[in-house]
Amino acid sequence: MSLEIIPYTIEVREDTGVNNAKLGIWLFLTSEVMLFGALFSSYVFLRIGAASWPEGSSILNIPMATLNTAFLITSSITMVMSWLSLVEKNFSAYKKYMLVTILLGLAFLVVKYFEYSAKFEHHLYPSTNTFLGLYFLMTGLHVLHVIGGLIMNIYLLLPGAKMWQSYPERFTNRVETAGLYWHFVDLVWIFLFPILYLL
Amino acid sequence: MSSNHVDTKKHLKIYLTVYISLMILTGVTVFASYIPTTVGLGITLALIIASIKSSLVAGYFMHLIAEKKIIFWTLVLTAIFFIFLIFIPLMSVLDPIKY
Repeated sequence: MSLEIIPYTIEVREDTGVNNAKLGIWLFLTSEVMLFGALFSSYVFLRIGAASWPEGSSILNIPMATLNTAFLITSSITMVMSWLSLVEKNFSAYKKYMLVTILLGLAFLVVKYFEYSAKFEHHLYPSTNTFLGLYFLMTGLHVLHVIGGLIMNIYLLLPGAKMWQSYPERFTNRVETAGLYWHFVDLVWIFLFPILYLL
Repeated sequence: MSSNHVDTKKHLKIYLTVYISLMILTGVTVFASYIPTTVGLGITLALIIASIKSSLVAGYFMHLIAEKKIIFWTLVLTAIFFIFLIFIPLMSVLDPIKY
């Protein structure tokens, strides 16, 4: 199958000013904004209608969540550095940065596993109260996004990296596009952290 | 942003500055949550800091600051719908069902 079947993967379209891959990922991210927006809206609706609302800090573990925030922020810079390494034609640096990005994503999931386990040990479930229902739903959906991003990044580090030999510009674009998704996952967490844990 | 002709040293410096800013703002968010204040003020402060952090991520890590107009305006349209979505619950407060 020819790589030229889908046009404008690298070349910029005259009408949009960007290539199709970039426009595509941004359109996907706008749909993601509305997906999480609906959940944030539900949070506001349920919170202002609740007779009482628990403090996140009394139920959730702030140090662990802060650590996870640091993991995601650090993974964002390593992700963008992996793209920058490819722009510099430094493939070995790309592999190192991408590996660190993946490890940080996995570390985020490990911390989340311990957080969820602690809640279940204390018999705190999504059905316990509205706050925990929202907590598990919003963080659970975010975790699914992290897993999706990790699968994509692992592909780009291992089998997908072969494209660097045959079509380096297209591979660089793929990493940039994957990076946009990964940064969005970080961006969602930036709002989830204070809303669920600190307020 | 084009992958070509990128001033990598300049980019590296910007990314590191943004990264350090994000880490400091995370610390500020956690610190501010321990300051005794009203719920409204606490929420406002936390959301302002989160908005600054997300602007840094979107602007620099996602290159939105140098992105083409079509991307920018697509996001502006999304932001309008997003804000509308967030404020929908307020309708239940302004016009509640009387029992």
